Amino acid sequence: MTDHAEAAPPDGRSLASYIYNPKFRGLFFQVLTLAITLFVGWWIFDNTTENLARSNTASGYQFLNGRAGFDIGQSLIPYTSDSTYGRAIFVGFLNTLLVASVGIVTATVIGFIIGLGRLSRNWLIAKLCTVYVEVFRNIPVLLVIFFFYKGVLGALPQVRDSLELPFSMFLNNRGLAFPKPVWGDGAILVPIALLLAVIAALAVAQWAKARQAATGRQFRTARTAFALLIGLPILGFLIAGMPLTFDYPVAGRFNLTGGSVVAPEFVALYLALSFYTASFIAETIRAGIKGVPKGQTEAASALGLQPSNTTRLVVVPQALRIIIPPLTSQYLNLTKNSSLGIAIGFPELVATGGTTMNQTGQAIEVVSIWLAVYLSISIATSLFMNWFNAKMALVER
Amino acid sequence: MTSITTGFVRTDLLPPQPAPRENASILGWVRANLLATPKDALLTVLAVALLLWTVPGMLNWLFFDAVWTGADRTACLTGAQGGVQPNGWTGACWAFVGERFEQFMFGRYPIDERWRPMLVAALFSLLLIPILIPKVPYKGWNALALFVVFPILAFFILHGGFFVFQEVETPLWGGLMVTLILSFVGIAVSLPVGILLALGRRSQMPVIRTLCVVFIEVIRGVPLITVLFMANVMLPLFLPTGWTIDNFLRALIGVALFASAYMAEVVRGGLQAIPKGQYEGADSLGLSYWQKTRLIIMPQALKLVIPGIVNTFIGLFKDTSLVSIIGMFDLLGIVQLNFTDINWITPVTPSTGLIFAGFVFWLFCFGMSRYSAFMERHLDTGHK
Repeated sequence: MTDHAEAAPPDGRSLASYIYNPKFRGLFFQVLTLAITLFVGWWIFDNTTENLARSNTASGYQFLNGRAGFDIGQSLIPYTSDSTYGRAIFVGFLNTLLVASVGIVTATVIGFIIGLGRLSRNWLIAKLCTVYVEVFRNIPVLLVIFFFYKGVLGALPQVRDSLELPFSMFLNNRGLAFPKPVWGDGAILVPIALLLAVIAALAVAQWAKARQAATGRQFRTARTAFALLIGLPILGFLIAGMPLTFDYPVAGRFNLTGGSVVAPEFVALYLALSFYTASFIAETIRAGIKGVPKGQTEAASALGLQPSNTTRLVVVPQALRIIIPPLTSQYLNLTKNSSLGIAIGFPELVATGGTTMNQTGQAIEVVSIWLAVYLSISIATSLFMNWFNAKMALVER
Repeated sequence: MTSITTGFVRTDLLPPQPAPRENASILGWVRANLLATPKDALLTVLAVALLLWTVPGMLNWLFFDAVWTGADRTACLTGAQGGVQPNGWTGACWAFVGERFEQFMFGRYPIDERWRPMLVAALFSLLLIPILIPKVPYKGWNALALFVVFPILAFFILHGGFFVFQEVETPLWGGLMVTLILSFVGIAVSLPVGILLALGRRSQMPVIRTLCVVFIEVIRGVPLITVLFMANVMLPLFLPTGWTIDNFLRALIGVALFASAYMAEVVRGGLQAIPKGQYEGADSLGLSYWQKTRLIIMPQALKLVIPGIVNTFIGLFKDTSLVSIIGMFDLLGIVQLNFTDINWITPVTPSTGLIFAGFVFWLFCFGMSRYSAFMERHLDTGHK
């Protein structure tokens, strides 16, 4: 008996039409979500300020200027226990970058070898590589790190019985000691030469590309660039009068003096991350190469390309397109996993930050530094990789 | 009409051709698969040399020279170190694992109460096995029992504090039990939350989309250990004064948040792979958003990303070992703790314990990945 038209408001729309209007509904739910989020945020903020006031903790980043008072085993920049907390955290950050960058290089090399090995026609090689991948992929990275740490440390001798290696290197349970290069006057010429070489190589590459596009004649860019990158720095080194001497480690009764030392924690973390991540990279590589359609290889053979040229010119460029995005995320995983150095006492960002947090009680500030650093690394890498990926991506009509 | 007279009709069958060389004999197989080219032969020789160099020593260390029984560390020490083994001996100390096995499983859970985790484990298998076998009916009820009823029941049985169940505080929990609880809760929470986050990230509503993107990217951008630290030190700060939050619960929250963000990205991949026609078809049938998602989109999307989901589960299972860094004793944590036990300090204890823990982790993860491969084949409808 009720007619909808009768109940309609003066503007001619019923209440129901508002409830079922997607635009109105969307707005309602968004306002609701925003209100809940803001309320929870305010509640957390309120609780936190109250808790901090109760425990007499001052918020803010002034603590970074305070004296750290703890030692760090391995540092790329001068650091003593009198340095500030800020410097300690920075030392940790540099160590994170160091272990991540050398780990990424090694993991990529091992991963490529294992990934190609799994595709090998040779049954034994393929099976061995499969075993490697299945073992490392299915155990926690933390366990791998512990294993290398206990294995490396447990097997190495005391300082007194250091193993003497060629080039005045010593190996013991405090790490690997090796001659420290000391650069003399004029050494600045070498990095300048390297920079010039990079610029020259880029220019040659551009010129070669333009010439090939215009005339079809190829140029051996790779060899030229290699010669430039090796030759120019050596030339610079010779011109500057070879300004390089070495500070050799000398075995004393209780300790080694002089030289540089790589801590066993670093070696353990580096090897564990490399071997662990390599198993994932291997799978990425294998998937990428298998992802290139068989027709491409067959078409290349039909055109008369040699097998090596087929791989180099047809398969690899297409496989790279598939490989690069997951490879990037593996690199990021390795960087993030380097934070597990804290478990074996390698002073990376989380470890030095954790010590700072324990000493000062500035939990929120330290966690915010961690978040900021790791997020910047992640975002920078993704931006770079998105750019690279866009450059490599298939250009279709 | 002229009849064609055929000159020759073969009456007997051709003799069968010999089988391809690589199937004919073991020798043929070896030639085809191991010695096809000189390069292959060289690789084979290198691989065999590598195997001969490593495998016998490994087998000796793990099995033939290993100590299987013993009451304390003297069984695994050489004479010079004060034990019973000949000097220069090295091998696995399985006696250590044997003696500490129950501790590795249950942590410091009271010995008289250990039937309770066993009961929970039995219940868990009883509910899990039928859900894993595709042919068993009543999947919906089974999932409800496993993911909603079981966790509540398990919590009361394990924690206790009422009639026959004596109270066992969470700091006493440990070992494989904690690893399994953390990963089970992580899995049970991350799948629904991850689906919601993925839907939110693809939503038309800017506020909801932004919130989901920020959550997912922040969590995915940082290492798990910082998320755990955050849960450990910051959650108590966020709550009103006087509220306390159990350490175990903090770790659970950290792990669940972390897994949800990763799961969201996996599910989003599946959502993006569904052709637009499916959405439009559902819309044209007059289905509501949730009907469309539940009946049309999700079944297809989830099926597509089963490998990704299982990989996330495996990653989560492995990552639970990180809680040992924030002072909890999961399987890895309790094994580590025992390295400093005065009764079992030997040079070979750490390696033995780590190999044992690694093997347990490997068994679970490898099992999961095999099951995922099986499910993929089972659900494959042949069209994409």
